[in-house]
Amino acid sequence: MLRNTLERAEKAKKKKAALGEDIDFENFEGEEAGEHEEIESLKDLSDKNKKSLLKVGVDASETGRAGSFLQIDQSKVCSNCKSEAIELMGLQQAIKKYDWVKDYMWNAVPVDTDKYTAKTALGEPGGYFIRSLPNTKEVFPIQACMFIGDEKVAQTAHNIIIAEENSELHIITGCSTGDDVQSAMHVGVSEFYLKKGAKITFTMVHNWAEQVEVRPRTGVILNDDTTYISNYILTSPVNTIQTYPTAYCQGENSKVVFQSILGGQKDSILDAGSRAILTGKNSSAEMITRAVSKDESQIYTRGHLAGKSPDVRGHLECMGLVLSDDSLIYSVPELEGSSTDLELSHEAAVGKIAEEEVLYLMSRGLTEDEAASMIVKGFLSMDIAGLPPELAAETKKMIDQSIQGM
Amino acid sequence: MVVRLLLEITDLAVEVSGKEILSDIDLYIDKGETHVLLGPNGSGKSTLFMSMLGFPKYKVIRGEILFKGEDITNMTTTERVQLGLGVSFQNPPAIRGVKLKDLLNIESSKNGTKPVSEELSPETVALADKLKFSDQFLERDVNLGFSGGEVKRSEILQLLAQKPDFIMFDEPDSGVDIENVELLAEEINVLLDKDKKPGLREKSGLLITHLGYILNFVGANTAHVLMDGKIACSGDPTEILEDIRKEGFKGCVQCCGIH
Ligand SMILES: Nc1ncnc2c1ncn2[C@@H]1O[C@H](COP(=O)(O)OP(=O)(O)OP(=O)(O)O)[C@@H](O)[C@H]1O
Ligand SMILES: [Mg+2]
Repeated sequence: MLRNTLERAEKAKKKKAALGEDIDFENFEGEEAGEHEEIESLKDLSDKNKKSLLKVGVDASETGRAGSFLQIDQSKVCSNCKSEAIELMGLQQAIKKYDWVKDYMWNAVPVDTDKYTAKTALGEPGGYFIRSLPNTKEVFPIQACMFIGDEKVAQTAHNIIIAEENSELHIITGCSTGDDVQSAMHVGVSEFYLKKGAKITFTMVHNWAEQVEVRPRTGVILNDDTTYISNYILTSPVNTIQTYPTAYCQGENSKVVFQSILGGQKDSILDAGSRAILTGKNSSAEMITRAVSKDESQIYTRGHLAGKSPDVRGHLECMGLVLSDDSLIYSVPELEGSSTDLELSHEAAVGKIAEEEVLYLMSRGLTEDEAASMIVKGFLSMDIAGLPPELAAETKKMIDQSIQGM
Repeated sequence: MVVRLLLEITDLAVEVSGKEILSDIDLYIDKGETHVLLGPNGSGKSTLFMSMLGFPKYKVIRGEILFKGEDITNMTTTERVQLGLGVSFQNPPAIRGVKLKDLLNIESSKNGTKPVSEELSPETVALADKLKFSDQFLERDVNLGFSGGEVKRSEILQLLAQKPDFIMFDEPDSGVDIENVELLAEEINVLLDKDKKPGLREKSGLLITHLGYILNFVGANTAHVLMDGKIACSGDPTEILEDIRKEGFKGCVQCCGIH
């Protein structure tokens, strides 16, 4: 890595993140975590692990998948790709294979963002490299899984995703922990690069254990005529999550969509935002969040739209349902317009379940609890736009499964 | 003698947000009977339905409601519905993400005809077809963006899946075109066992209507006129409607003794 990058990382080693509770790495094991052996295919996993993976949309049978990647703790356990249109490997291999890979590192996510990015740069992170070749369109998704297998592990990953010109790439990422894990940490840096005319959809399901600290750091750089669609689903308990992916719509007609489904349970603290910097002519951003807070959970949903060029459009929408007196939803929408002829808007509504709706369902024979649960599930089951039909059906299934427990 | 009495409301008074909306309500409905509830806007017709359903805002301050001989005055809505009450609402709420199909599924599963599942039973599909709903329509979020007539048809469809024993229809004909009123009336007749001889009918209904056109197709035994929260007059539906048309509500109530 470039000296300059390392120097910047070194300086940011103790830099607290702008948002979220500060996590002490000392409480976790880093690279000294035990190694896990490599396997040929996800089919070789134990049934127990297969089940955990399936919960986050990663199918060990690998049917309907263009390829699979699995990282357990710090070890790359599996990486295989059936598609000719896509290159998939561990980031460390990619760096060895192509000397240009390092030119992509830390461009979409500044290395000195905070101590988490710094640690990732200074250590030996896992992570994957996915690249769709020019003029290709693979309809099946690559599935990638970050799995924490041992207690007290601090997992780091650095992912580089490149969609070459006029290519289309779909990714499903599932993050999960083994049954015996209670406390752990995950830092995942993901950098997306979309070349002219490219499209990426990225669907991520998180299902962590109750004492896990999660700090993803994501940046997306969009060139002309590109589309990036992110779907984020988290409905299970976790200790804290703080994430604020940023999309840089630099290209003309570039378009970004962030859709999030957040379910707060127990004493989880979810701090999830999305940001779009619209500098490209005619670029646009859309952010939709559905949040439901239960128990003592706290959900902060943030959105930031910065319009910096004429003719850009952005819309931010957050709907929240507060289901318990001890939980909270805090919605922070920010609009920043610094050009003429732009159109930025937001819409936020946080409230409780409408009694009228509950009574309507009760007068069809449901109990009060059944009615409330049906309304909550309906509320969370938003239609995800922009996916090819097979993947849309698959994603719908993933969402339905994730919200069952709410 | 066989007991035919299905619903008995005696001396009912109901308060909403501290204000007495209904008082001195006495209403007795036998099995197999259909009664009509008339009355000016704001007279308390829908309030009576909500009170019979046990909606929390509608506080019974006097009187009691017996259904199938059981005192339901303090039961939850769910318990009343499980006992056999059903309703088609005047203005049902839209629920985002809850499909009409989902409702049909719970309704038909609650009445025991089939287990809960993803797919609709062939009977329910046939019912939907009869009410002119396509498969795609059933996938829509319930009442969200439904037209006035679609709301009314969807309410009746849900009742057909649910099969209650006593059904309250709150203006099933308002805003519905002539052809669809006939269609809805046909299904209301099915719901109320009208194909059977009067003595053999098991189901009963109470129907709110303003124009009464639907009564050309749905036969009713008795009509009640609600004025300022009280039943001011009861009698033959055709005669009462005729009086209201000629004399207005006030006039009708004044000469009520004649019926
Ligand atoms: N939830 C409520 N909160 C406050 N007032 C209410 C509520 N429900 C009913 N009311 C009042 O009670 C009165 C009776 O209303 P209701 O809806 O029963 O009338 P209605 O006879 O059904 O009228 P319409 O023919 O217009 O449907 C009205 O004055 C109404 O404003
Ligand atoms: Mg009314």
